[in-house]
Amino acid sequence: MTTSEKYVTGAYLVLLGMLLVYLLIIALKVSRLEEELADLTRAAREKLDG
Amino acid sequence: MIGGYALAFYWAPEDADQGFSQKIFYLHVPIALTAYACFGWGAWKALRLLWTGERRYDLESYTAVHMGVIFGLLTLVTGSIWAKISWGEWWTWGERQLVLFLILFLFYSSYFMLRYSTESGPRRERNSAVYALFGVVLIPVSFLAVRIAGTILHPTVFTHEGANLPWQMLVCFLICLGGMLALAATLYRVELAGKRASVSLRELRELLA
Repeated sequence: MTTSEKYVTGAYLVLLGMLLVYLLIIALKVSRLEEELADLTRAAREKLDG
Repeated sequence: MIGGYALAFYWAPEDADQGFSQKIFYLHVPIALTAYACFGWGAWKALRLLWTGERRYDLESYTAVHMGVIFGLLTLVTGSIWAKISWGEWWTWGERQLVLFLILFLFYSSYFMLRYSTESGPRRERNSAVYALFGVVLIPVSFLAVRIAGTILHPTVFTHEGANLPWQMLVCFLICLGGMLALAATLYRVELAGKRASVSLRELRELLA
């Protein structure tokens, strides 16, 4: 692999890495929202039950 | 997007001057144009907020600026890698387009500091919108800088006479650009949906308290 091939691969890997990090952040955010929604559903049920 | 990059690597001819390193063009330029589009979209939403006073535009403008900063960072990183191969250095202060893009990036990075330094509410929304709108002035300046400056280092592919590259390269570039814009639009929708859900949940929590 030549030096320029290494740099080009590196540049494309930067995009891929950034995308993976972004997906991980989104996944964590969605799971946090899911937990919050479950808490609120529980709280709403308790309020309705009495 | 993957198809565009496959074509760029296996179908598009290799550049006679830069050789294999020119393949970064299909990554760097679409990312940079996507960053401009995100900032422009953020400014448009900011204008809509100031024009109509509808609060939903604040979140849309904020999300677009957020996406723009991510793509802006990617532009700087991929540009630096390309500069290292072509010019032998990661960064040069002598190139106006590079410096202007860095100013644009730092300007929009400061948007978050401004936004979170004030209490949430209509005042913060207006201030953020005005700031996002001011930044958009830097986009044409940054875009045209290399043409005005007439520099010899940073290449100018798209001139008044048209695209200065073979048609196969142009086709690949347009596919990659379309893919990158679609990726940004998808990420924008996902991010916006997450932020809206977060706001709705906060309101619901306040109602239930």
